[in-house]
Amino acid sequence: MQAKQYIGEGWKHSILIIGAIVVLLPFYMMVSMSLKSQQEIQSISGGLIGAQEVQTFPVCVKTGYSEETCTTKPYIYNYWFAFEKAPIPRYLMNGVIVTLSIFIIQVLVAMPCAYALAKLRFYGREFVFSMVLFCLLIPVHGIALPLYIMLAQAGLVDTYSALILPWTISVFGIFLMRQFFMTVPDELIDAARMDGMGEYSIVWKVMLPTAIPALLAFAIFSVVAHWNDYFWPRMVITGNRDLFTPPLGIREFRGGIDSDEFGPMMASIVTVTVPLIVAFIIAQKRFIEGITLTGMK
Amino acid sequence: MLKDLNVDIKDGEFLTLVGPSGCGKSTLLRIIAGLEQQTSGDVLIDDKNVNKIRASERDLAMVFQSYALYPHLTVRRNLETPLRLRDYNSFERLPLIGNFSPNKKNKTESINQLVNKTSETLKISELLDRKPGQLSGGQRQRVALGRAMVREPVAFLMDEPLSNLDAALRVHMRSELSELHNSLKTTFVYVTHDQAEALTMSSRMAVMIDGNLLQLDTPQEVYDNPSSLSVAQFVGSPKINIFSGSSDSSGTVSFLNVSLKRKSLETNSKLNIGIRPEHLEITNQSDENTFSATVAYRENLGSDIFFHVNTEEGMSRIIVRGIPQLTHQISNGSKVNIKRVSDKALLFNQEGKRIKFNNA
Repeated sequence: MQAKQYIGEGWKHSILIIGAIVVLLPFYMMVSMSLKSQQEIQSISGGLIGAQEVQTFPVCVKTGYSEETCTTKPYIYNYWFAFEKAPIPRYLMNGVIVTLSIFIIQVLVAMPCAYALAKLRFYGREFVFSMVLFCLLIPVHGIALPLYIMLAQAGLVDTYSALILPWTISVFGIFLMRQFFMTVPDELIDAARMDGMGEYSIVWKVMLPTAIPALLAFAIFSVVAHWNDYFWPRMVITGNRDLFTPPLGIREFRGGIDSDEFGPMMASIVTVTVPLIVAFIIAQKRFIEGITLTGMK
Repeated sequence: MLKDLNVDIKDGEFLTLVGPSGCGKSTLLRIIAGLEQQTSGDVLIDDKNVNKIRASERDLAMVFQSYALYPHLTVRRNLETPLRLRDYNSFERLPLIGNFSPNKKNKTESINQLVNKTSETLKISELLDRKPGQLSGGQRQRVALGRAMVREPVAFLMDEPLSNLDAALRVHMRSELSELHNSLKTTFVYVTHDQAEALTMSSRMAVMIDGNLLQLDTPQEVYDNPSSLSVAQFVGSPKINIFSGSSDSSGTVSFLNVSLKRKSLETNSKLNIGIRPEHLEITNQSDENTFSATVAYRENLGSDIFFHVNTEEGMSRIIVRGIPQLTHQISNGSKVNIKRVSDKALLFNQEGKRIKFNNA
């Protein structure tokens, strides 16, 4: 009985372990490559961290740094050169500004909308809600061009507004919060009305605190999507490097005249990915709560 | 949904709106509260028309079936919320800068006093720092009552507040609510589908069925003198027995093989005769005042035994109360004679309207 149980459990675990390896391998490669020298990367040798021999890096010298500065261990060089070559802190800050602004405005819009769609009775409510569902079906890329033209007409290309404005109304957020609000008992809202709250107070003082798990789930969807977005920033940020978001920044390391250097490139990718991973680990429990709560993936 | 009804609630009374689910009693309560808008008619509080006044400004407090406490706030904050919203002005409610208002301190103090006083009355002082999620059903019920009480409203509206409690606690809370009503001397309007709650607690009860107000009277009067067949059937547990019978030209009412002594005002018609289970008894003798029946099921409640019996004609299943000492040897399937207690039968016509006796 015992042995049988172990075999059964063993099967499950081995399948899960294989799955985990498939998911984690690219991350392993990313971290490993960010630590190794160019030769080790190209010859696929050196294990996780490589030999870490002190050496002089030719691309560095070509860029104009002194030979002394360019002679160091590969991991130091990779991260140092990544930050030297591109203003990564600036990109990270842009990422934070853009994703946070998007998220906050999305919440400001989605909460009252979702409340109205879930709890208020008005003529045409079902129609409005079906329109919200319909909007979920529209792919972003389908309306990218008209959006771009509108922003260009308004003279907003190459500004933060161009990065933020198109995403401020999230139909997904409205839908998600509406589904959550449906589960909040009507009596709670009636009680708040009897206590003297207005409809806006109810949204922010009663519905918002009860909706924290759903809101966190939405936060992760929203922040991850816009932190990692490459397509839209690539369209509306045409020249100004000060407005680059992290994914645009990584593009700077794409092979140029001075050959591809994978080390610094991977170092920059690690830097860009770490904030998300940390955020996920902190919010992990809530995130899973939120997903199971809404049945969304 | 509600059909042309008029309820005059007296100051300080415990009025129960009772009826089967879907009869409109909750709707009526919500209209009084101002949570729902009536399509026609007026709501008056202290002779003032409040049709256009918002729920929060009608100075009423409501207790809900699901308690409806704010789940993210402590018990103390739950109790404070209605007071803060009423007493602080919008500037004082602002976080941080609101504290600079000169009057806020006094107001906060009076709020604290009210909260403490209420929580002592309800014996929830030691729960003040907990969240509603950490409380039992009975405790939540008390907090919900407390949140209604702190405002010292002109009337309490309660929408089936005891339905979510277990049976023992429900019976206990009944007596507590009655005591609370006696000490507060405020008007209570209480909605329930449980006729036992209505009978035990109210000073007057309003029986509503299908949006109609059928009878509004003291519990005793409603029980003894129901205005219609539906009221008689709704109030009382076990249900009243209904026999079909008829009256002859002199007004003598007869059913099965029994005739009543009193004469009906309605002659020559088919009638329904209602007799409550406690007004029937099992007897050994057999005469013109008894009828025989077969016991189908015996329901022993300890203090009483209820016999569900089938009459000879197989017309209907009726329920008879028996005293355990006298009837414990009667088992399922035995034949019994049933006698009625005189002067207790109620007459209803075919439409269910109450008919008076001639001499009454």
